Amino acid sequence: MNIVLIFLITIFSVSLFFYGKSKTKTISIKDNIKLNALPKFYGYYLVLWCSIPALVFLLVWSLFEPVIIKSIIIETAANQGAIFSDKNEANLIYEKIKAIHLGTYFGDLDSILRESALAYAKFINLFTNSKVVLIFGIIIASVIYSLKKIKNNNKARDDVEVILKGLLFVSSLIAILTTLGIIFSLLFESIKFFSVINIFDYLFGTNWSPQRAFVRDASSITAAEFEELKDAFGFIPLIAGTSFIAFIAMLVAVPIGLFSGIYMAEYASIKVRRISKPIIEILAGIPTVVYGFFAALTVGPFFRQVGENLGLTVSSESALAAGLIMGIMIIPYVSSLSDDVINSVPQSLRDGSYAVGATKSETIKQVVIPAALPGIIGSVLLAVSRAIGETMIVVMAAGLAANLTINPLESTTTITTQIVMILVGDQEFDSPKTQSAFALGLTLFIATLILNYIAQRAVKKYREKYD
Amino acid sequence: MTKEERLKKRHRAEKRFRFYGLISIFVALLFVVILVQNIFSKGSSAFKKTIITTEVFFDQELLEIQNGASQEEIMEADFYDIMIENLIKAYPAKNRDEEDELLKLFSGDAEIEIKKAFLNDNNLIGKTITLDLTASDDIDQLHKGNYPRDLPEERRRISDFQLVIYDYFVENKKISKNFNNYFFNNGDSRDPELAGIGGALVGSFYSILICLLLAFPVAVLASIYLEEFAPKNKITDFIEININNLAAVPSIVYGLLALQILLATIQLPRSTPLVAGITLALMTLPRIIIPCRASLKAVPPSIREGALAVGASKFQSVFHHVVPLALPGTLSGTIIGLAQALGETAPLILIGMVAFVVDIPSSPIDPSSSLPVQVYLWSESAERGFVEKTSATIMMLLSFLIVMNFIAVYLRQKFEKRWN
Repeated sequence: MNIVLIFLITIFSVSLFFYGKSKTKTISIKDNIKLNALPKFYGYYLVLWCSIPALVFLLVWSLFEPVIIKSIIIETAANQGAIFSDKNEANLIYEKIKAIHLGTYFGDLDSILRESALAYAKFINLFTNSKVVLIFGIIIASVIYSLKKIKNNNKARDDVEVILKGLLFVSSLIAILTTLGIIFSLLFESIKFFSVINIFDYLFGTNWSPQRAFVRDASSITAAEFEELKDAFGFIPLIAGTSFIAFIAMLVAVPIGLFSGIYMAEYASIKVRRISKPIIEILAGIPTVVYGFFAALTVGPFFRQVGENLGLTVSSESALAAGLIMGIMIIPYVSSLSDDVINSVPQSLRDGSYAVGATKSETIKQVVIPAALPGIIGSVLLAVSRAIGETMIVVMAAGLAANLTINPLESTTTITTQIVMILVGDQEFDSPKTQSAFALGLTLFIATLILNYIAQRAVKKYREKYD
Repeated sequence: MTKEERLKKRHRAEKRFRFYGLISIFVALLFVVILVQNIFSKGSSAFKKTIITTEVFFDQELLEIQNGASQEEIMEADFYDIMIENLIKAYPAKNRDEEDELLKLFSGDAEIEIKKAFLNDNNLIGKTITLDLTASDDIDQLHKGNYPRDLPEERRRISDFQLVIYDYFVENKKISKNFNNYFFNNGDSRDPELAGIGGALVGSFYSILICLLLAFPVAVLASIYLEEFAPKNKITDFIEININNLAAVPSIVYGLLALQILLATIQLPRSTPLVAGITLALMTLPRIIIPCRASLKAVPPSIREGALAVGASKFQSVFHHVVPLALPGTLSGTIIGLAQALGETAPLILIGMVAFVVDIPSSPIDPSSSLPVQVYLWSESAERGFVEKTSATIMMLLSFLIVMNFIAVYLRQKFEKRWN
C-alpha cells in the first residue's frame, strides 16, 4: 500500500512539474510579465509542495499506525475476556491475532481470538482507508495552495530555495534528534531501574549478579525479594573490571603508540613514513570482532599454555589477553594523534634547542614533548574512552562473572560485556535485569562523554596555543 | 667524567631513544603480520571441502518413481533408502555398527545431494553414476590435516574403524578436495560442513545498502547546511557539538537506542537488515558528516565568489560549483564510514541478529545475520570445523574492507583537486 502511495505521489509530482513549467511559459508570453526565475523553478515549487507534506504525513502515520492498532487490539481482546498477566503475554496474543488475519495461524482458535481477529481486520481496513483519504486530501490542499501561490509570482526560485534551505536545516537536526533519542531511551529505562534499585546501592554495591533478578514485574516485589535484589546490582566490580582491562590496554598502547608517533614525526624518512603509517592504521580499520576472535582462540589459550608451563594458573579468559589485544587495537589511535600533535609543534622551538647544543632526543624529551603534552594527554584520553566503550573484544575474550580482582591472570568482566550478556536473546521487558543494561549504558555514555569532552578541550586548547 | 665521555653518553642515549621508536613501529607492524597470518593460515582451508566419490545406483524399487518423473514427484520422493543402500557399499562393512560408523563419514545432506543429481537428470532409474558427496565435518578436518589422528581413541571424535575406512578411501583415491560451494551459497547450519555465509553476505549487503541510502543524503545535506548556510549562532554550535560527540559514542549505545526506539517503540521486526541498516545509519552519520565538511571546507572561497559574481544565487553557487568539487572527498569519506559500519557487531547483537537463521533472506525485513555477527556466532561454537569457517568469514570481511578502502583512496587521489 505504502509503495503504491509513494508511486502515486511521484507521478503527481512529475506531472505537476511539467504543468508548472508549461504554465509559466504561457503566462510570460501572454501577459508579457518578466519572470525572475526560470520556468523549471515553478515546476520545482509545485513538486516540493506536492510531495513533502504527503511524504512526511505518510512517514509519521506509518511509524505510529502499528503501535496504535496494537494497543487498540489488546484492549478489545481484554474486553472480550482474554487474560494476560503481563506485556509478554499480551504481545503473544497480539501476534496470534495478526497471524490469524494473515492466515498463517495453525493453533487452536477460540471465540476470543476469532472476534479479535475480525476486529483487527476491521481496524486495519479503517486505518488504511483513512490513510489514503487523508493523503489525497493533503495532496489536493497543498497543490491548490501552491498553484495559487505561483500565480502572479515572479520569484519562484527564491521560494524554492527557502524550502530547500529548510530541508538542509532539518537534515542537520537529525544529529540532535539522535542525541535526544539516545538520552531518552537510556534515561527512560534507567529511571524505572532506579525506582526499584536505590542509585547508591547501584553505584557503591560490590556484588554484580543480575541473573538473581528473576522477578518479572517490577511493581510486585515483596520485601524479601527486594533485599535480595538490592545487592545484586553493584556497579563497583564492573567499573573495576572495565578500568583494569582498559589500564592493561593502555600499558600496551601508550608506549608503543607514543614511541611510534615520535619516531614517525621526528626521525622517519618520508618513504618509511609513507609505508608504515597506513600499515599501522590498518590496525584501527580491522573490525573488533576479528580481534575478539584472535584473543579468544589464539592469545587466551596461548597464555594459558605458557602459564601451565610456568606453573601458574591462567584463566583462558584472562584480563591480560583481552587487555593486550585491546591495546593493540588502540595503538593507531595513540600513534596517529600524537604524530599530528608533535608535527604541529613549531620548528622554531626545536631550532632553539639545537642551537644551545641539545641532541635530537634531548630536544624531543625536554622541548617537544612538554610543548605537546596537552595534545598527547588528549589523545590518550580519547584512546581510554575507546577502550572502555569497546565491546566485542571483551565479550569474546573476557569473562562473564564479575570478580573484584587485580590479578591480570584471572578473568574479570566489563560494563559492555554485561550489557550484551543481559540483552542477548530473549529479554523480559520491565524486569530490573533488562533495565539494568540501560542503566549501565547510561553510565557508559556519561563516562565516555566526559572523557571526550576533556580530551577535545585539551587538544583544542593546545592547537590554539600554536596556531 | 670528561667532556668526551659525557658526549659519548649523550650520543648513546640518542641512539637508544631512536631505537625505542623503531622497535615500537616494528612491534606494531609485527602485530599486523601475526594477526593476518594467523587468520589466513586457519581460514584458507575453508574454501575447499572434502568430497567422497561414491557410486550411486538408482534402484526403482526403493525410489518408487519412474524415469522422467516430474519435478514435484522427485521432490516428494524419499531418497533416504537409496542413500543408505549406496553409501554402505562404499566400504565392505561387516555388521550394523560398522555400517553406522561408515554412514557418519558423510554429511547430513547426502540424501539431498543424491536427490539433486536426480533432479538434474531424471532418467537415472536403473543406472549407476559416480557422485561427489560432501564428507562429514570430522573427516573434512582430518583430511585437511587440522585434526590429530594420533590421540587415544576415547579422546578422538573419529573411531579407529572410521580411520580404517578413511585410509581405505585415501588408498583408492575416493576422497579428494573440491571448491566449497556450500560456504558461499548456504545459510547458517549446526553442521560445520554445511554451514555457509550466504545468508550473512545478503544480510550485510541489505544492511549496508539501507545504511548508505539513509546516511549518505542526510550527511551530505547536513554538511552543506553547516558549512555553507548555517548562521553563526547557538543552534549551529549546538549541532556541531552534538555531531562531534556522537562520533565518539560507543557503538553499543546505538544498539540500546535501536532496541528501545526502533524495536520497543516503533516495533520494527527484530533481527532484520532493516533495523540493522537504520541503526548503522544513525551511527555512521556523524562519521560521514565530519569528512564531508572537511572536503567542503577545502573548496576555496574564490569558487563561490566567482559564481556569485556572475549572478548565481547562493544555492546555485553551492550546488553547481562547490558540491561537485567536494564530491570526491565526500564519497571517499562515505565509503570509509560504510566500511566501519560493515565491521560493526555490538549494536547488531543487541537488535537480535544473533538468531540462528538458516534461510537466506529475500528482503530487508526477513530475519538475517551479517558477516561480523556470523564471526561472533561461529567463534562461540565448539566444533573444530567452525574455526576455519570463522577465519574464512573474517578473510571475506577483511577483503571487502580492503576493497572499500582502496576505492576511497583511489577516489581521493584521482579526482580530488589540490588548491595551492
